[in-house]
Amino acid sequence: MPNAFNSSVSAALPGPEWLTDLRREAAEGIGDVVLPSADEEVWRYSRISELDLDRYVPLTKQVSPLGPVPISDAVDRNVVTLVLRNGWLETSSISAEAAELGVTVGRIGDLEDGATYFPSVLENPVDLFDHMNAAFTPEPIVIVIPDGVCLREPILIFLHTDADSAAVFPRLLMRCGSGSQATIVEHHSSSDVVSVVAPVLEAQVGNDARLSHALVQDLGSEVRQFAHQVFHVGQSAVLEAFVAGLGGCYSRTRTDCRLVGRGGEARLTAAYHGEGSQTHDFRTFQEHAAPDTTSELLFKGALDDASRSVYSGLISVEPEAVRTRAYQTNRNIKLSPDAWAHSVPNLEIETDDVICSHASTVSPVDEEQLFYLESRGIPTAIAERLLVEGFFEDVLARAPTEPVALALRATLVGRLVRRLHNSRTETPK
Amino acid sequence: MKSERVLRIEGLCVKVGDAHILGGIDLEVRPGEVHAVMGPNGSGKSTLAHVLMGRHGYEVTAGTVTLDGTSLLELAPWKRAQSGLFLALQHPTEVPGVSLEAMLAEAAAAGGRDQVGIRESLLVEARRIGLDARLLDRPVNVDLSGGEKKRNEALQMSVIRPLYAVLDEIDSGLDVDALVAVAQRVKDATDEIGLGVLVITHFSRLLEVLEPDWVHVLSNGRIRASGGRELAERLEVEGYGGVLGEATDAPEVAVNLGVSETLITDPLA
Repeated sequence: MPNAFNSSVSAALPGPEWLTDLRREAAEGIGDVVLPSADEEVWRYSRISELDLDRYVPLTKQVSPLGPVPISDAVDRNVVTLVLRNGWLETSSISAEAAELGVTVGRIGDLEDGATYFPSVLENPVDLFDHMNAAFTPEPIVIVIPDGVCLREPILIFLHTDADSAAVFPRLLMRCGSGSQATIVEHHSSSDVVSVVAPVLEAQVGNDARLSHALVQDLGSEVRQFAHQVFHVGQSAVLEAFVAGLGGCYSRTRTDCRLVGRGGEARLTAAYHGEGSQTHDFRTFQEHAAPDTTSELLFKGALDDASRSVYSGLISVEPEAVRTRAYQTNRNIKLSPDAWAHSVPNLEIETDDVICSHASTVSPVDEEQLFYLESRGIPTAIAERLLVEGFFEDVLARAPTEPVALALRATLVGRLVRRLHNSRTETPK
Repeated sequence: MKSERVLRIEGLCVKVGDAHILGGIDLEVRPGEVHAVMGPNGSGKSTLAHVLMGRHGYEVTAGTVTLDGTSLLELAPWKRAQSGLFLALQHPTEVPGVSLEAMLAEAAAAGGRDQVGIRESLLVEARRIGLDARLLDRPVNVDLSGGEKKRNEALQMSVIRPLYAVLDEIDSGLDVDALVAVAQRVKDATDEIGLGVLVITHFSRLLEVLEPDWVHVLSNGRIRASGGRELAERLEVEGYGGVLGEATDAPEVAVNLGVSETLITDPLA
């Protein structure tokens, strides 16, 4: 482990004593944790060997901003807006309505009962990045939706990175009370820096609660991200978790969705598009730990140029989780002969009386569909663009908010049109 | 000089892999004419339809196809379509996530035609062809019944307004109502916009409404007989064997069918 990741750096971070102790403990343990290797199933095809941690240092204090944090126009109708820069809370605003309803948002260190929120549902770090996050996260942010509270407008969280050569460790701790309803949209962005970001989200969805969550990853082209999100879904609760993978040089999102209460449901969705030499890497765990639980996963991506994607997913059904229904589908379109998509679905079932299915495909644009559109007078490149847009339509329809769906559609169309333009200028006819 | 208005197929030979499927097809379709191509399974009917639109997987080894003087065979499918050719498929492809309107708007934009009014035109045509207007907002052909898909093909043809349409077994799997609706719409287009039609079919039922000017019998990759509408009636009664005799390898000269001319000429001339 490089010297920069040591306990004195960890000790220099702000916060109450209990937090400093927790971080020091994690930092002291890091020496024993090795960098993952692509030999491990969960890191297979991951490009982890390219990561040189010597190039990055964890921050002990906030750096001065390089520029404004890009905040989308969709901000005016949110109950809560949080801006984290390099893992530090920059601004937070909470609507009068949400405050009145008792919604709590803030730095863990500022809360009287902060210690009760950390760690949350990620009880044990699963890899080096979890360890590092626990040791070097500067200001874990707590979001609590009280029992029975329904927020009509979303909570918007901007995680922006503008520190160069930095290792950045944002952490979000969410608790959705029984019967509550909330929508959370995380935007991950960066300026033009060479940094590594390892965010952790821990979210507890209480009994009968409903959480819609989106992670829109639009990082700069030199940023490597290792995101870990852990959801625990309670009895008769519903989780909708959506990931959009757009940016970054290498971007990994590990999603652990554990259905802990009877009748819980989870719908997991991802849309990703790769260009240049990007890699999008998704690892999913659908863990059924209670009876009558349902999980349904649909991840779809398009890979252009020499980009790559990895999808590996595991459905596990524990002995008590009878009458589980679990579905897993990963579909990939290769837009270029140099693009690659690896798709590795897995099942691990320890009980009878379950319905499980998994499917994965990697293929170029469908020739029949292409011919059909062409036979209507649509030039090949435009027909391909229409088909790729169409391919994403069902996953975009599952985005938790209309602005997220619209923004993603616009981004995808923009990329596909740019591609069309490039192909025209390269091969003039 | 203005080029002659005709879809002209001359000496068309086509291979798929090592198999010779078409062995020299000659056909001329003029504006407003309806030509029916009939023939047993495996005679090369669908190959003819697909190769005219330039589908991958077919190798043209000889012959030419011109549309009003434009040579088609070296053009990409979308350019053939923009030149005025339309193909209605036997099995219309489902295109998830792409709406009919978006597809036709892109087609219009690419062809330099007006996109305004496509919605209106779709609604008018849907009513005319008897396609539930609610189906217009579905992705192209997705979850449509066989009959709805065929009506949808006719609908697209009506909105695109091509010069020549090739209809590949548009009657297969169609109920009688749908058959009549589709055939009537195609027939109307021959009158209204002077559409030239090459219709490929197994069944004479379609032809009762469509009233072809010419009927051609395709067998083993060649047109073995050509005649008027009564040829379809004879096929119905006698079957292909009866009409063609045993000689499916018959010489190029057409079987004498008791019509004044067996070679293709322009009946309007």
